[in-house]
Amino acid sequence: MSIKSMEELRKIREEHQNKVNLRQTGDNSEEKIEILIGMATCGISSGARETLNAFVEEINNQGIQNIKVITVGCIGYCHSEPTVQVNMPGQKPVLYGNVKKDKVSSIINSHIKGGQPLNELVLKVDFERA
Amino acid sequence: MAARSNILVCTGTGCLAGESEKVAKNLQLIIKARGYENEVNVIKTGCFGFCEKGPIVKVEPDNAFYVSVSPKDAKEIVDEHIIKGRVVERLLYKEPVRNEIVSRQEEMPFYKKQLRVALRNCGLINPEDIFEYIAFGGYEALGKVLTSMTPEQVIEEIKKSGLRGRGGGGFPTGLKWEITRKQQGPEKFIICNADEGDPGAFMDRSILEGDPHSIIEAMAIGGYAIGADKGLIYIRAEYPLAIARLNIAIKQAKEHGLLGKNIFGTDFNFEIAIKFGAGAFVCGEETALINSCEGKRGEPNYKPPYPAEEGYWGYPTCVNNVETFANITQIIMRGADWFSSIGTERSKGTKVFALAGKVKNVGLIEVPMGITLREIIFDIGGGIPGGHKFKAVQTGGPSGGVMTEKHLDVPIEYDSLLEIGSMMGSGGMIVMDERDNMVKIAKFYLEFSMDESCGRCTPCRIGTKRMYEILNKITSGKGTMADIDALKQIAYMVKDSSLCGLGQTAPNPVISTLKHFWDEYIAFIKDEDSPRGEGRYEAKNKFKPGLKV
Repeated sequence: MSIKSMEELRKIREEHQNKVNLRQTGDNSEEKIEILIGMATCGISSGARETLNAFVEEINNQGIQNIKVITVGCIGYCHSEPTVQVNMPGQKPVLYGNVKKDKVSSIINSHIKGGQPLNELVLKVDFERA
Repeated sequence: MAARSNILVCTGTGCLAGESEKVAKNLQLIIKARGYENEVNVIKTGCFGFCEKGPIVKVEPDNAFYVSVSPKDAKEIVDEHIIKGRVVERLLYKEPVRNEIVSRQEEMPFYKKQLRVALRNCGLINPEDIFEYIAFGGYEALGKVLTSMTPEQVIEEIKKSGLRGRGGGGFPTGLKWEITRKQQGPEKFIICNADEGDPGAFMDRSILEGDPHSIIEAMAIGGYAIGADKGLIYIRAEYPLAIARLNIAIKQAKEHGLLGKNIFGTDFNFEIAIKFGAGAFVCGEETALINSCEGKRGEPNYKPPYPAEEGYWGYPTCVNNVETFANITQIIMRGADWFSSIGTERSKGTKVFALAGKVKNVGLIEVPMGITLREIIFDIGGGIPGGHKFKAVQTGGPSGGVMTEKHLDVPIEYDSLLEIGSMMGSGGMIVMDERDNMVKIAKFYLEFSMDESCGRCTPCRIGTKRMYEILNKITSGKGTMADIDALKQIAYMVKDSSLCGLGQTAPNPVISTLKHFWDEYIAFIKDEDSPRGEGRYEAKNKFKPGLKV
């Protein structure tokens, strides 16, 4: 579909805004949980692909329905790759560092199912996005 | 009697215009009327830097941060906060995006050290989904430009913003666009320089991998401004993931009519092609880059003519860096005034740095220009690991120089870095501690420049080689004082007589280490036991009886 005017662009923006609102505000009409995985070169070389696969596999195994796994770019925290952000509806997003594949099941069990973030892996976000 | 509480009222120019003088006066009167004048001080302060939300009132020690305070709010602040100890919620700063109430100043993003403009979408959106980019306001800047601005207005806005080239040179971007716009030609080109070659720099790659659409959108805006309908992205083939994501992004943009013919229903056409580089450092120089795009050897040309006059296949061409483009859409959407409110007088906006070496939090950071090295290394970077001592930081990769302890409080901007013999470069920052030997560091960078010299001009081809040989001699303990003199002489000769930026900056690491770490050079020549750094351990081992080296 071709976008031919600002109105059409804004319409598309509104249609998709719901989809991404959760990332900044914690609001989401669909009540879906999002897992963002940093998949730039640095992340992949530290094992982000294995982490991604582990998330998908664990989610399938446990049959969790209301969850989306999304690949994103580099967040700049190369000292703690792979990085994973968990966005739960109604909560502030939580950023984890050093999420190797063996950490995946504890994040799912403790944070996503239990609602308790895994404090030892949480990274402090010290920047503002323009 | 010591006061139990201070009320700070900002009386900077911005807040004064919002009647902060009256706010202070009312606060004083009411406090006196309530009989608290011995316990509470009202202090007029200078600017908090948050003029947008002035007048600002801060209550200590609670650190409550009130914004947009009017004179009639004084009563409520005194009665509620000072007397009853209840924070006045309604006046607290609300963060615009989350609308969450932030009461303590240090929690306010405005006062966080990092501000992400170029990296705003990295790590937030799926780079392979155009709809996520659009959902975060993507392509609105292009729409705004095409439907409501003339090319001259776009150039004016970019000029006004004060944006300077982020590839290292720091040439004003708006001016570059204007010069290219004014050239006559049947065709013009805009090129994105993604040939990021500094060892240790990877900000351009991260932007392309994390937010490719922002570059495509900005290139189209640039194309419209200068009058080009074709864009090229020159990217090194070593960046396969960035290339893959760019290809996906270009395909999606075409499918949605955001590249191609009659974009946004106007008569503006724009298309983008990708050219691969083979990873030569010199190809980041714009004339060498254009030669490489044309399929010729990647060697620089004499300037003038500048690419703006005769560039790609002889047509007027504008070459901008990835990070420069990444700022464009935000300048269009938020305005030049917003952008120029960030940074220093001569360097506006933010800069992305790749922090590496002997620092705890290795990674990508984006900070406002004018931040000090100390804040970058010790606050954001977390300091030096292992209890070691900070020694120096190399900025600008092999083209830059070292900054030492005495430069820790110099504001980071284009001109101040040049003054101390370094340069902004593309933004690599390599931190070194007391175990690093600076002569060897200089040798390492010089070896890189020597390898990467294209050989077109003699000073660079032969000069860097000779300098490297001398450094080799010095570091192996065979150097003499005459060698240092020769090194210095060749360094300035290469710097002054080379054809392009590579040769002109290649001696910088040597010149700056000679200046700041002279004793380490001398140590190699005069002492068997170098007083500092790595050389010391080697020298000791060398003379240990019975030890084979």
